[in-house]
Amino acid sequence: MSDLVKLTVTQAKKALDDKKISSVELTKAYVAQMENNRNLNAYVLETPDIALKQAEISDAKYAANTAGALEGIPMGIKDLFCTKGIRTTACSHILDGFVPPYESTVTQKLLDAGINVLGKLNMDEFAMGGSNETSYYGPAVNPWKAKNSDANLVAGGSSGGSAAAVSAHLCAVATATDTGGSIRQPSAFCGVTGVKPTYGRCSRYGIIAFASSLDQAGPIAQNVEDCALLLKVMAGYDAKDSTSSLKEVPDFCAALGQDIKGLRIGIPAEYRPEGLNADIAACWDKGVEMLKARGAEIVNISLPHTKYALATYYIIAPAEASANLARYDGVRYGLRVDGAHLEDIYFNTRTEGFGKEVKRRIMIGTYVLSAGYYDAYYVKAQKVRRLIRDDFNRAFEKCDVILTPTAPTGAFPIGDKSMLENPINMWLNDVFTVSVNLAGLPAISLPAGLSAQGLPLGLQVIGRAFDEMTMFKAASALENDICFVRK
Amino acid sequence: MVVDTQTVKRIASLAKLKIDDDKVEDVEGEFNKILDWIEQLNEVDTNHVEPLLSVNDENLRLREDKVSDGNQRDAVLANAPMSSYGYFVVPKVVE
Repeated sequence: MSDLVKLTVTQAKKALDDKKISSVELTKAYVAQMENNRNLNAYVLETPDIALKQAEISDAKYAANTAGALEGIPMGIKDLFCTKGIRTTACSHILDGFVPPYESTVTQKLLDAGINVLGKLNMDEFAMGGSNETSYYGPAVNPWKAKNSDANLVAGGSSGGSAAAVSAHLCAVATATDTGGSIRQPSAFCGVTGVKPTYGRCSRYGIIAFASSLDQAGPIAQNVEDCALLLKVMAGYDAKDSTSSLKEVPDFCAALGQDIKGLRIGIPAEYRPEGLNADIAACWDKGVEMLKARGAEIVNISLPHTKYALATYYIIAPAEASANLARYDGVRYGLRVDGAHLEDIYFNTRTEGFGKEVKRRIMIGTYVLSAGYYDAYYVKAQKVRRLIRDDFNRAFEKCDVILTPTAPTGAFPIGDKSMLENPINMWLNDVFTVSVNLAGLPAISLPAGLSAQGLPLGLQVIGRAFDEMTMFKAASALENDICFVRK
Repeated sequence: MVVDTQTVKRIASLAKLKIDDDKVEDVEGEFNKILDWIEQLNEVDTNHVEPLLSVNDENLRLREDKVSDGNQRDAVLANAPMSSYGYFVVPKVVE
């Protein structure tokens, strides 16, 4: 492995600025690393030619002193982002061969800042899954292995390809999306850092829709600083997304390395259920002690509706998904399975084009929205969603950020029977992450230690809406004290 | 609420999905398991609680009623599995 691929974005940018390396050199190192690690199945499409061409342009910009904020940084893009002229499938059979004629706003901002696109990253089909196993292209593989075991472990989901690629240095940084934990859980599983910003912080334009009231884009990177740097570029108002916020995007990097004395850290009682994994509980306790040692104030808080978050999520997300995925009809793009009548084309295409988990969620969504059940399920879930949000509002009167584990376990083996046979077991992976989406809050997952089996575990810092600054401040302090040794 | 075979078939039809006859029972079982799990929400007292439609406190903005994009026929059709004369092509729907 070339040492170049081990550089963080911040380090690589400095080396490029100082003309110690060229973007072509850096990109070539990543292309080699990507090609040597195809066993991880992190990329579903490699675009080395595009990356190298962009790198040449970046080098010219460095020579002309017109380099952008991320000029010449090789990046992986989750396959959920539409990339103009580059195949985008959401890792679904139904979008076979789809080449978007337009660019998503987030990736356009990154391109404008000078990034190079190494390829499209693996994910659960339409971002529905917690292990990347629902991908039409097969699961991404976690670069980490348990002690004394050779078994392939899941990279988490849905952004499994993004987390695996960053962990194994197959790109300097990656884009990802998070609807119920899809940035944070894979980041935790792969020992990397990922941010789900406040709902409305990043434009959703050109990101293939799953659940529109929950979806947010964010970065997965090697550390907190890179996440702050990337988010600054990705965020901002966009006229093409009516839910994107007009609020000013602060310089998130300014929050790093600051004194956290007096910062109030909320610890929710409900996130420590009976039988919580002992390694995870220990990791969490260690994090609390570290913040305390820096003079932060630890506050016990309660989020009483936590136990209802998953059920609420699995009504709202499938409902929105069933509506969003109605557009796949075999007529306008992607797969078409022929039939004698128009109706037959719809049925044949959707039946063959969607995978099992996606069909399951479309069915649930269709049911909870159907006449006679709408109030009992969908409206009920929206009411509980308000109670969950109110819980956070109340908690944030007493604290500035909330610290919790990211996921209830570390990475599990690919093909785990209990997960595959009972969808609810797989969904339970999201137990610590979904509430944040329902409430629209920002949260970061950072690697916090290893389990007894030697696998990475993550801690999550949740902030107030549009207060990523305080979230970054706390995360940066924690990261400094944890000193996690990355892959 | 227990979902029966007829309902599963009706929902699949609404969602434009086919379920093989020998799979209906599996889907029905799984569906009921999931709905059973979801029923826990009934424990929550939501009287006098307004549904939360959006977490975004900013009001949706109106923009000027002016064309800002268009004339993209070829781009729109570029990914069509079948197109002709500038149109999407589907089997005849008029009897």
